[in-house]
Amino acid sequence: MMNVFQNVSDTLTLANRIIKHNIRSTDTLITVVAMPVMMLLGMVFIFGGAVQIPGISEDEYINYILPGILLMTIATGSAYTSLRINLDKTSGMFDRFKSMPIAKSSVLGGQVVASVIFMLVSIIVVLIVGFIAGFRSDATFLEWLLAGLLILLFSLALTWISVPFGLAAGSIEGASSFSYILLMLLFVSSAFVPVEGMPKIVRIFAENQPMTPIIQSIRNLLDSQAVGNDLWLSIGWMVLIIVISYILGLKAYRRV
Amino acid sequence: MNSAVLNIKNVKKSFKENEVLKNVNITVKTGSIYALLGANGAGKSTLLRIVTGLLNSNGGKVTIQDIDVADNPVVAQKLFSFSSQNTTVDGVLTGYENLHLIAKLRHDRYPKKIAEALLDKFDLTEAKDKAVSTYSGGMRRRLDLAMSLVGDPEIIFLDEPTTGLDPKSRQELWDTIKEMKSQGKTIFLTTQYLEEADYLADQIGFLREGEIVANGTPDEMKRLAGADKLLLVFNNHQDTERALKLLESYLPIKKADYEVSVDLDEEIKTTLNVLNALTAEKIELKTFKMITPTLDDVFMTLTKG
Repeated sequence: MMNVFQNVSDTLTLANRIIKHNIRSTDTLITVVAMPVMMLLGMVFIFGGAVQIPGISEDEYINYILPGILLMTIATGSAYTSLRINLDKTSGMFDRFKSMPIAKSSVLGGQVVASVIFMLVSIIVVLIVGFIAGFRSDATFLEWLLAGLLILLFSLALTWISVPFGLAAGSIEGASSFSYILLMLLFVSSAFVPVEGMPKIVRIFAENQPMTPIIQSIRNLLDSQAVGNDLWLSIGWMVLIIVISYILGLKAYRRV
Repeated sequence: MNSAVLNIKNVKKSFKENEVLKNVNITVKTGSIYALLGANGAGKSTLLRIVTGLLNSNGGKVTIQDIDVADNPVVAQKLFSFSSQNTTVDGVLTGYENLHLIAKLRHDRYPKKIAEALLDKFDLTEAKDKAVSTYSGGMRRRLDLAMSLVGDPEIIFLDEPTTGLDPKSRQELWDTIKEMKSQGKTIFLTTQYLEEADYLADQIGFLREGEIVANGTPDEMKRLAGADKLLLVFNNHQDTERALKLLESYLPIKKADYEVSVDLDEEIKTTLNVLNALTAEKIELKTFKMITPTLDDVFMTLTKG
């Protein structure tokens, strides 16, 4: 019991360290908070008028793209998680932590907790700006809660996926570059336009990659619509990503 | 205070075909400073990573106060602290925050108090609220050492602690390490600076190509390079040649044009005999001096293989 308490305490201590890093880095704040806000405003007020989606009016376009922007916020945040992990590896901080009487899971856990907290704070900021820009939702409390849990699970999944990348990468640039893959997956999904309009091969990919059911689930929940199989598919994808990344992450950490 | 705190027995390590450590044996006494000396690539950092549990060995055993590091890493980790070559301090955090962080992770009951006390001890109080990224190299190393003292470890491992420091910062750090020893700490450091090992260490181990090729006190090490020498400097070639012939029984060595050295097996007696012999033959000396071998001589002798 004492060990569990100490592990939790160590994890929170180490998470607090990373939170300080994030708060003190203007670069991180701009990329993870300001960039998604600018994307949201740009998509709504610049491209919004030009994008025509059947059954969705120009005013409702913000409701359509907001879930995608929220996931984009998390994806950009995960790049910084990977970067910070890589910095700790290359600077020798991991050596110091590994030579101390603390659990290995606390060191990575601290990174994960801090990352998820930071992503969720960014999500709240983007949501507030979304509301100001015209986002409206008919969702019930339960639907909001489910959407929130999906976002939390997505944050955990992308944070854990950034762990093995950050540990394996030889440089900071390499560590953060994997987020481009995540952003590409978001663009080749139903985040900003329906997949029906995409060329056949791209559409098949878009329909079957994890981002689409996750976005569809969050979108339908916030629109108070039935989510169907998308919800279970999303949860399945994210749990799978977390489990595989956790195993790979701990394996990579032992080698550092 | 003569009991051994650290025992390294028959430690081996290979990376694929490359045998980096070959049956390394080292014993470090409580309250002493042990310097592991070796050229780049000799295996110093690899050994230190094995000793601190960061790397698995391919054989052998490391115990700290009889606790096996490989079998009981968490128990052993409470007994030591480790500073790697990179000066592992967090540049974003302040000096105070770095110490507070380590104190909390070492589960110190009074992390604030210990952080303040160490800042004061290492003369960092003035800069305690500044980000460590603004610190000089010497300040960062001092903070690194301060972090090593958190948790009151029995033994502190320092991997090349003064690499990259200017002479002033190096001297300051040496003084700090000596002070840590005077307070009863055992220190195990790796270095490639002979001067550093000579100044700090009670015991030196020479690591060459993964093997300890010599082990002893600095004086014992210096004796490996041979006896003290008497260096005779003459005014001209003729006197130099006459001296070489006269001192033939002492096996003189011509060091330079007008310089001859003689081994001093019996220091005073041999010196007097040589000087008397030269005086009797009216061979004029420009100057003479006694030369004690340095660790550089030992290093050169040992690294010749």
